[in-house]
Amino acid sequence: MLAEVKFPGIEEMVVWPSVGGDLGFNKVALLSLLAMAIPVVWFLIAGSKARKAAVPEGAQNLAETSIEFIEKQVIGQAIGADGMRYLPLLLSMFLFIFFGNIFGILPTAHFGANARMANPVLLAVLAWLVFIGVGVKHHGLKYFKEALFPPGVPKALYILVTPIELISTFLVRPFSLAVRLFANSLAGHILLITFSVLTATLWSASPLVAVAPVSFAMLVAFTGFELMVAFLQAYIFALLTAVYIGGALHPAH
Amino acid sequence: MSTLSHLAHTIAQQAEGLSVDDQKSIAGASGAGMAYGLGAIGPGIGIGYLVGQAVQAMARQPESAGQVQTTMFLGIAFTEALALIGFVVFILLKFV
Repeated sequence: MLAEVKFPGIEEMVVWPSVGGDLGFNKVALLSLLAMAIPVVWFLIAGSKARKAAVPEGAQNLAETSIEFIEKQVIGQAIGADGMRYLPLLLSMFLFIFFGNIFGILPTAHFGANARMANPVLLAVLAWLVFIGVGVKHHGLKYFKEALFPPGVPKALYILVTPIELISTFLVRPFSLAVRLFANSLAGHILLITFSVLTATLWSASPLVAVAPVSFAMLVAFTGFELMVAFLQAYIFALLTAVYIGGALHPAH
Repeated sequence: MSTLSHLAHTIAQQAEGLSVDDQKSIAGASGAGMAYGLGAIGPGIGIGYLVGQAVQAMARQPESAGQVQTTMFLGIAFTEALALIGFVVFILLKFV
């Protein structure tokens, strides 16, 4: 009976029909646009109310809470007081990733915008360019010297330290940022598909239908879990970007 | 153990009649399961140890809980990356 479980192939799970050829407009592009548009509209509404209302409420309250969260939990912890100018970048990164991930559990969308590699790679390359740019802006070309030849290391050890620093700072950082976000979104998507397929198959398998509620309960539980993952991944992406910017601002520690 | 080796023997016998593509997908699927399973051991131990120590630190010094929590999330992110690379290898072996 369970041999009849038809698990969809990877093409069926992550590839969507697109309008206008391979480089056309498809569901992932639409979800990415929505993930961009929702925070913009939300903050415009919050901003238009802010001039009238003395006590923040509704959209404005939520907007101020999210700004405060990035200020205190991300910038305050990872960069320090001189990092407040990166608030717009980190806040928009956080909100874009969060809303992109949220589509993974939203009915009718049910696909995270970050579950295809393009979005995470673009965001990771942006973070990479920003932290290198911050380092070069504040320390000039000495930034690369301090990053590759950290002071206080015996000269002979540079044979070992410099390649490691080169790989870990300039290659592994963007790679791990992108892979972390992508793999979390895709893993959540596949997890939900697995339990959906299992529930649907058990529903039509007559003696095993008694187990179907368990599988369905797991599906509901994992949907809740994915909500947590959506938030956590957005937070971790913003936090790591802030840590990298902080490291470029104060290379000594 | 004998059941396992018997199973392996049966699979090997069946494999003779299979096409190259089928054999490849069988090897890919079993390798994929192995890759993810082995790849999850280290990060599992690592995250468990990391969070345990963080909880201990927070219990001993509740006033530094915020700092410890941020560092804990950072550590989880770095440790988890290994497990996620294992997952990507799983996807590559299984589907590509």
